[in-house]
Order: sequence, then structure tokens, then C-alpha cells
Amino acid sequence: MSPKIKNPLPPGNYFFEGNQACAEAAIAAGCRFFAGYPISPSSEIMERLSWRLPEVGGVFIQMEDEIASISAVIGAVWAGARAMTATSGPGLSLMLENIGYAIITETPCVIVDVQRAGPSTGQATRPYDGDIMQVKWGSSGDYQVIALAPWSVQEVYDLTIRAFNLAELYRVPVFVMSDAALAHLREDCRIPEGVDIVGRTKAKGVPHFGTEGPVGVPPMASFGEEEGLIITGSTHDKSGYRKTQDPNIQKDLVDRLNEKVLSNAKEIIQTEEHFLKGAEIVVVAYGLVARAALAAVKEARLGGINVGLLRLKTLWPFPKEEIRALRARRIIVPELNRGQLVREVERVTKVEVVYVNRVDGEVMGPGEILEAIKKQ
Amino acid sequence: MEATWKKHLRKETLPLPFCPGCGHGILLGAILRAIDASGIDIKDMLFVSGIGCAGWIPSPHIKADTMHVTHGRPIAFATGAKLFNPRLKVMVVSGDGDLASIGGNHLIHAARRDIDMVVVCANNEIYGMTGGQVSPTTGLGVKTTTTLAGNVEPPLDLCRLVEAAGASYVARSTVFHLEHLIGILKKALGHKGFSFIDALSPCPVQYGRRNLYASPAEQLKDLEKRCVPLEKARSMTQEVLKGRIVIGEFVCRGEH
Repeated sequence: MSPKIKNPLPPGNYFFEGNQACAEAAIAAGCRFFAGYPISPSSEIMERLSWRLPEVGGVFIQMEDEIASISAVIGAVWAGARAMTATSGPGLSLMLENIGYAIITETPCVIVDVQRAGPSTGQATRPYDGDIMQVKWGSSGDYQVIALAPWSVQEVYDLTIRAFNLAELYRVPVFVMSDAALAHLREDCRIPEGVDIVGRTKAKGVPHFGTEGPVGVPPMASFGEEEGLIITGSTHDKSGYRKTQDPNIQKDLVDRLNEKVLSNAKEIIQTEEHFLKGAEIVVVAYGLVARAALAAVKEARLGGINVGLLRLKTLWPFPKEEIRALRARRIIVPELNRGQLVREVERVTKVEVVYVNRVDGEVMGPGEILEAIKKQ
Repeated sequence: MEATWKKHLRKETLPLPFCPGCGHGILLGAILRAIDASGIDIKDMLFVSGIGCAGWIPSPHIKADTMHVTHGRPIAFATGAKLFNPRLKVMVVSGDGDLASIGGNHLIHAARRDIDMVVVCANNEIYGMTGGQVSPTTGLGVKTTTTLAGNVEPPLDLCRLVEAAGASYVARSTVFHLEHLIGILKKALGHKGFSFIDALSPCPVQYGRRNLYASPAEQLKDLEKRCVPLEKARSMTQEVLKGRIVIGEFVCRGEH
């Protein structure tokens, strides 16, 4: 951890909507470059950063599309920036190509995905958990990303900061999974005195694309540091040279890109337990839906039902050990989709898994989760 | 004695991967000669390139920071790097398919922003690496693997495109006109703003042999024959100029 950097916004309590909290968190986390393209319901992040970044000596640019936005972010990161973009499902679809590039070149960056109802243009201003699988599997090949799911405006702030640190620690794109409702929900947001920032690991003359061990994270130089960086989206050796035919280099690279995240899953994954001890029924939820789930769980417990909540703050890498450890007879997974993360839950547990879904673009209330809890 | 510009090559990456007769090696030499003659410290330079044969011109052969990116996107990556670190001297080298087709939007907007970088289009008028398909700069009637009976789509004049978009330095040359090419590259390197160089570079393997050139040398000579200097072209009619390549400096505005 590097010394605490001065937070440009005075500490205190602010009444922020999710998108504002996200922009301020980025600045507090040392983000000094943002490139983006307008898209509902994420645009307020970009609008705020368009004037806030210049205030703190950062750079803002509105690019010609989302493909260019993520490209500019990656270019800026290699020029030395901590950088971010924000978008929604359809924009994310355009970014996927270069998210793959960020993965193979091990470029730390933060992508805020303010999800909305899809497919395609769908309902641009309605909330949805539509991109849970898109962020994990959308680009080609095998890879791991990190995805964090806040459930409050405060957590949008906290997890955006964490996203920057995780990106640096593992040299990987990190997603903050917000949605149309959280983006525009106004709540108290406490801005602390300062935040811990993970700096970029530098080591002169050391290869930037490989490590001695099979799961390590190499140091990272920036342009202009006389390191003669060779960066490519093709398969490459530790020094960056293209190796497009060598099977061993292909295998070692793909394995390391995956294992550097998976082998650190314990450090990355955060969950929150509510009434889990001895719970016969467990609701597994994330994002804003988890708030409805907690209300439903409390209500059910008043009625004598032994039910608990496991809230996932990290979606990827998937908290499979935490799910596996649940000693319940039934797991309920409410989501604002037809069932995305629930399939991961099913994959890792032998317990009966119940889907609770909402796809009409409305937020989920406690009622429908309570109904599922009560059903015998 | 070794020519001084050769010190900018990573010797371990030689020989170059290009086919015999390809113009891209000549273009690489021209770029390095121009840098050498400009007195720019290559350590301050960043080379960004896209997908295709031309993407391999700087990466990994030039001993500087190189970034070989996704298809069509080098200008967008370069924009981010340049904006965050304006001290970087940024050059994009990529092909006609990369810059004019899949990356056309980024080319237009970088020119509109007049962002300080040099974009060199290694224009071989074809998709070389993927097997010789028609590109946006392929001439009418030219045979490619996707236009067996001859291309029916008119080619895009990239110089006119970026000029209209707002580029402040625009020039065209070919690898045949080596001294001229080095001259405009030098000028582009000294220019503050968006510089675009359309550098014609023949592809004997994918283009030449399908269009009945006897040898790479014949193709190169034909390239010379097709070229008309801008000064001369000014007094020629559009009819006469049809199918010809106008070379020279089209826009030269602002600081140098």
C-alpha cells in the first residue's frame, strides 16, 4: 500500500446518487483518465468526470464510440494512468473486443457497467442484471475478470475504489456492476478522510508479461520509461514478443491469466452473511435485489422461518466455496433476469436451488422473495 | 559502416517477416531514416499499430515502446496514450484495411480533433495477411480473392477524407519515391497536430500475382507510372487523372 493520497472532495456526508458516488470514488482512487461514450443510464458518471477530472489534473475525453473509449483507456493506462470507463449493456457489447485485449495484455482498468433491460437497446432506463454473464464470457477465449456488485450508493463508492486497487493488484479489468436503479438512487454517502491506494508495481528491466511462477502478476512499466515495451494482443512470451505458433507459450499464458485471479479468489471474494447460522433456507443475492432479499428474510424470520441471506459483493471470481459451505435444504436466488448467476449456484451445490426472477424492468420488492421463502 | 538509422531496429527480430518484394520493409526503413534525420530521440516515441501485415512494421522491430493492438483501433489507443502523456511522440503505422475500413471512424475523429500524432497508412490496396481480399482502397477492376471478376466498388481517397475531417498535415507518397517519402515523414514528425501519410506499398503476393504483374519489380514500376505529382495534377482534368495516384503534400497548416 502506498501512502494515503489526499482526497479531492472534503470528507463528510454527501447526498449522492449512485452515478455521482461512482465518479467521486474514481477520483478518490486516483483515477486520472476517463474515456467514454454517452449511454443511459451511465451518462452522469461521464458528465461529472468531464469537469471533475480537469479540476484534479486529470484527463477526460468523450470518444466516438465505446470501442474507442475502452481503447483510449487502455492506451492511457500504459501511458501511466489509472483509468476508467462507464457504460451499459449495449456499450459493453462494443467494448468486449478490447476487454479481451486488456486481459491478454494484463492492463489494469475499471469498467463501470450500469446495467439496463435488454437484449439490445431494450429499455434504456430500466434496471436489470443483464450483463452478469456478458462480463464473464463476452470476449473470446478463456479468461478471468473481477466483478463487484454494490447494493447501496455507499457501496458504489467503496467498491469503485476497491475495483481500482484490485485492477492494480492483479493487472486485470475489474467491473463495477451497478444498474439503472442504483445509478439514480439518492442516499447518504460518507466520504472518508483518505483511501488506501494500491500503486503500480515497477521493476526496471524485468519482463512485463510473465513471471517465474505459473500464477504470478508481473510488474508493469509505462511508455516513456525507456523499458522498450512490446505490447501485443497476440500470444506473447514474457518479454512481449509475439509467439503465434508455440503451444507451450499459449498454454502457459492462458493458464497464468486465469490462475493469477483464481488462486487469489480468497483475497478477492467478499460476501456478507445475515442470519446464516443454522438457516434451513438461504437466499443468495447481490446488488439492489439483495436489499429486498434482506427485508424478506427479516420478515420471514418474524414469522418463525429459519432463513438467512448470503450477499455476494463479488460475483467474479464466483464465490463457489462460500456457496458450497451453505448447510441449507434450499437456496433461493433472486435476480433481475431469467436466471444468470443462479446457474453458477446450481453448478456448485447439491442443494435444491429455486429461481426468483423479474424481467419487466421493475426493481424487485421483498414480496416476491418472501413468497418463495414461504413456499414449502 | 552501418547506417545510423539501423540502430533503431531490434536485431533479434530480423529478418523481417514480410514476403519477398513487399514494400513494408522499405517503408520501415523510410520511417527510421526520417526519425534519424529529424533528430528525435526514439526513446520518446510510441508506435501503435493494428492488425494485418502493416501492424508488424513497427511491432516488434522498432527499438522503442510499441503497442500492437486490435483490428482498426490503433488510433483510439494512441489517443488515450497521447492525451495522458503529451510528451510522448506518437506514431501510428497500420494498413488500409485497418485504418480505412474497420478503423475508419477513429481515423475521421482523430483528424477532426487534430490530435498531435503521425498516422502512416501502409497502403497496399488489399488485405494481405488474411489472403488477398478487396479493401476500401482497392482500385476499380482489380482482382482479389473476394472480387474474382474485378472490384466494382470505387476506392476511398484517404487524403481527401482526413483533409475534410480536419487533419492539419496530409501527404501521399510511395515506397518507390523513397526520398520523397522520407521527406514527408520528416515533415509530419515535425508537425504539431494530426498528420496523415498515405504511403503506397505494393503487395506482390496477394495483389501482384492475381493482377498479372510479372514480378515485384514490374509492380513497383507500374506504381511509379500510376503516380502523378500534385503540382502536375493541378493542370490535369479529372478524366485524365482517373485511376492515377496523386502524390505530394495536400494540407500543411499550422506549426512545424
